[in-house]
Amino acid sequence: MHPVVSNTKLSPNVVRLVVEARRVAEIRRPGQFVIVRMAPGAERIPLTIADADREAGTIALVIQAVGRSTTELCALRPGDSVRDIAGPLGRPTELIASGRAVCVGGGVGTAVVHPIAQALHRAGVEVTSIIGGRSREWVIYERELAEHGEVIVCTDDGSYGRPGFVTEALRDVLAAGTIDAVYAVGPVPMMQAVVAMTRPLGVHTIVSLNPIMVDGTGMCGGCRVTVGGEPRYACVDGPEFDGHLVDFDELRDRLTTYRDFERAALERLDHDCKLGS
Amino acid sequence: MSEPRPLTPKERMAIERQRMPEQDPSARRANFEEVNLGYPERLAMLEAERCLRCKTAKCVEGCPVAVDIPLFVRHLAEGNLPAAASVLLRDNALPAVTGRVCPQETQCEAVCIRANRGTPVAIGYLERYVADWARTHEEGVTYEPAPPSGKRVAVIGSGPGGLTAAGELSQLGHDVTIYEAFHAPGGVLVYGIPEFRLPKEIVHQEVERLVRRGVRIEYNAVIGKSYTLVELRRMYDAVFVAVGAGLPVFMSVPGENLKGVYSANEYLTRVNLMGAWAESSRTPVLRARRVAVVGGGNVAMDSVRTAKRLGAEDAVIVYRRSLKEMPARVEEVHHAEEEGIRFEFLVAPVEVVGDERGWVSGLRCVRMELGEPDASGRRRPVAIEGSEFLIPCEAVVVAIGTKANPLLTSTSPDLRLNRWGYIEVDSNGMTSMPGVFAGGDIVRGAATVILAMGDGKAAARAIDAYLAGKPSLPVVP
Ligand SMILES: Cc1cc2nc3c(=O)[nH]c(=O)nc-3n(C[C@H](O)[C@H](O)[C@H](O)COP(=O)(O)OP(=O)(O)OC[C@H]3O[C@@H](n4cnc5c(N)ncnc54)[C@H](O)[C@@H]3O)c2cc1C
Ligand SMILES: Cc1cc2nc3c(=O)[nH]c(=O)nc-3n(C[C@H](O)[C@H](O)[C@H](O)COP(=O)(O)OP(=O)(O)OC[C@H]3O[C@@H](n4cnc5c(N)ncnc54)[C@H](O)[C@@H]3O)c2cc1C
Ligand code: SF4
Ligand code: SF4
Ligand code: FES
Repeated sequence: MHPVVSNTKLSPNVVRLVVEARRVAEIRRPGQFVIVRMAPGAERIPLTIADADREAGTIALVIQAVGRSTTELCALRPGDSVRDIAGPLGRPTELIASGRAVCVGGGVGTAVVHPIAQALHRAGVEVTSIIGGRSREWVIYERELAEHGEVIVCTDDGSYGRPGFVTEALRDVLAAGTIDAVYAVGPVPMMQAVVAMTRPLGVHTIVSLNPIMVDGTGMCGGCRVTVGGEPRYACVDGPEFDGHLVDFDELRDRLTTYRDFERAALERLDHDCKLGS
Repeated sequence: MSEPRPLTPKERMAIERQRMPEQDPSARRANFEEVNLGYPERLAMLEAERCLRCKTAKCVEGCPVAVDIPLFVRHLAEGNLPAAASVLLRDNALPAVTGRVCPQETQCEAVCIRANRGTPVAIGYLERYVADWARTHEEGVTYEPAPPSGKRVAVIGSGPGGLTAAGELSQLGHDVTIYEAFHAPGGVLVYGIPEFRLPKEIVHQEVERLVRRGVRIEYNAVIGKSYTLVELRRMYDAVFVAVGAGLPVFMSVPGENLKGVYSANEYLTRVNLMGAWAESSRTPVLRARRVAVVGGGNVAMDSVRTAKRLGAEDAVIVYRRSLKEMPARVEEVHHAEEEGIRFEFLVAPVEVVGDERGWVSGLRCVRMELGEPDASGRRRPVAIEGSEFLIPCEAVVVAIGTKANPLLTSTSPDLRLNRWGYIEVDSNGMTSMPGVFAGGDIVRGAATVILAMGDGKAAARAIDAYLAGKPSLPVVP
């Protein structure tokens, strides 16, 4: 059992959940994730470790409510607890040791790039973060990222920061000077657009993939993605890969495998909530 | 009342093998309840009388853990179930499991003297009968653990190998902690073998008994990630590694990443461990109308029968050799046939075909013929030119084998592996790391439940000797 310490709302559908997980907090490294199972009978859900506090023995998970399980996780309060947390899983981020890096975060991915920006900054790398959201209220982690370098905020509707997509801001940053690496975490179309921009410039780009997972230990093969023409398991070989080698179209397609099921599950949750209230 | 006269061998020979009562095929292919219902008392007693009580019992040699078959069967025939159970449990920690899943036809029953003339004694069914009695009459079975030794042992993996070792070690007085990667115990017994063949309740009962006897279980502990083997070795006086052979093998044909292609591991885990057999499950699984399962072992048979139960109209086994070469248990193949499973023998897939939206629409195959025998002694299938054909289907389950998972081993540089990535052990089950023992599928490659249990037991004894600082005797088998 992992007691919930706090639940902070960051945007209309994103929550920062701090839970006790002493061992994970002690040894996790940037880029790693956990698999969470909320209660008996619940799904196993992969979530990146956004932050950890070794002394307190807690980890922070930043969760976007997209379906039934994430909606329920976002509703947890202090006093509740999470049944299972397995990890830390996956390979830690491959960090460059010096030079300049750009961290691009879209939506909940912004929270996932935070530990990467933090680690790069600590290693002495000059970090620029480009983060985006639909409008002002969807922008998260701006303050935290500002501790590790310049932050450029973009909003689709121009209600805050720079109007437009993160890729437009990225184009300007890439044009302004040499960049040694780009780290991009966010929705698949965003990562795909970032990679399309950095490929012709030959800028090393690392992306964090989010295929559907079950065990997270390499045992089911459900998380397989094609990288450089080879099948790789995101849970053990990734989740981060060289973006220039990733077959994003396949990933995007495979993510729709359970769309009908997911829609029905959400409708059931909606129904149950209405009945309960 | 006077004791009934024991039967003469001739009278015993006259008794025919008793049939296992089973759920009707038309009913069971739509549910996940156990297919075999178990002997009622009368049939068990009658079957037990078929045993000739051989002086040099061949059957015992056929059992990897040398269960004293003639003795437990004799106690059963005499109606002394506590004695029968004690004899059985002395050599076999999980008889309710092995009685159901052992490939008896290639082990104990294959060499039973009665197999020469007619049918062997139904040793597996009798084992199951006695074991099920013991499960419900725990007070009748004695348990006397050794006094606490003060030594601490870690067991990695809670499959049959790990559970057996843990039980044995704790009985020998050691303080045992099991580390399990999943949120539930049992290994393949729970995530692989379906409910209709092995009710999960049996495994849970076993695990609960271990826990009552003081074994601790740490779930969600992925060794190689949460802790390394080296760290655990430092924390404990000895370690037993039984992590199984859990890496799926795919076919490496085009189209394998289409939506609707599963490894058997994923398919069975979703259905069994995550409960997707129930419509109300929170974890999804595709319920395809037509499912092709590639492979011919127990894993393939479990997958195809699962597909049927999930509502498939056409559930077909695609196997590149013939019925004779199929490694699956004979009973499973027989049950599958009864349930309306279709078999395509001497057929090999060359491509998974998809529709324009990325979903599986068929499996393109070639027909094979058997050529010269290969290294395994089985005749090697060779493709027949121009024989391509399509099996229309909406899901494909790949059950062509597993490999060693490098998650644990790759973080243990001092652990010697063979060239397939399995852990090397000496005759005591000890690895190249002093105090670290290993057994089950991670040593043997995909094998059987009873062999993993045998390894667990042997390793427990070797660990006990190691901890006592005395040279240990090599243990059979
Ligand atoms: C390595 C990794 C790290 C992740 N980190 C985060 C994170 O830090 N914060 C966060 O909010 N989300 C993260 N995700 C995504 C998160 O796991 C999914 O949003 C979640 O599983 C959806 O579950 P659901 O029941 O709420 O939604 P569903 O209704 O089941 O699905 C909604 C969407 O999520 C995708 N999805 C469904 N199941 C899974 C699954 N088991 N794994 C991955 N995607 C799935 C579906 O394709 C669909 O697009 C991560 C995913 C991976 C693989
Ligand atoms: C579908 C299927 C059907 C089968 N049918 C039969 C049958 O009918 N008869 C028969 O005799 N055999 C059968 N087998 C084979 C048999 O199940 C295996 O040989 C046996 O389970 C091996 O036992 P084990 O203890 O070595 O490992 P497993 O049962 O594989 O258990 C290993 C355990 O270790 C855990 N683990 C793995 N990695 C780690 C890690 N890094 N850290 C912590 N824990 C870890 C796993 O989660 C698992 O719980 C079948 C196998 C399958 C897959
Ligand atoms: S353990 Fe298996 S091989 Fe041994 S007697 Fe029982 S069923 Fe036969
Ligand atoms: S070989 Fe057959 S008949 Fe003889 S003791 Fe064993 S089970 Fe009985
Ligand atoms: S999640 Fe099962 S292999 Fe990666």
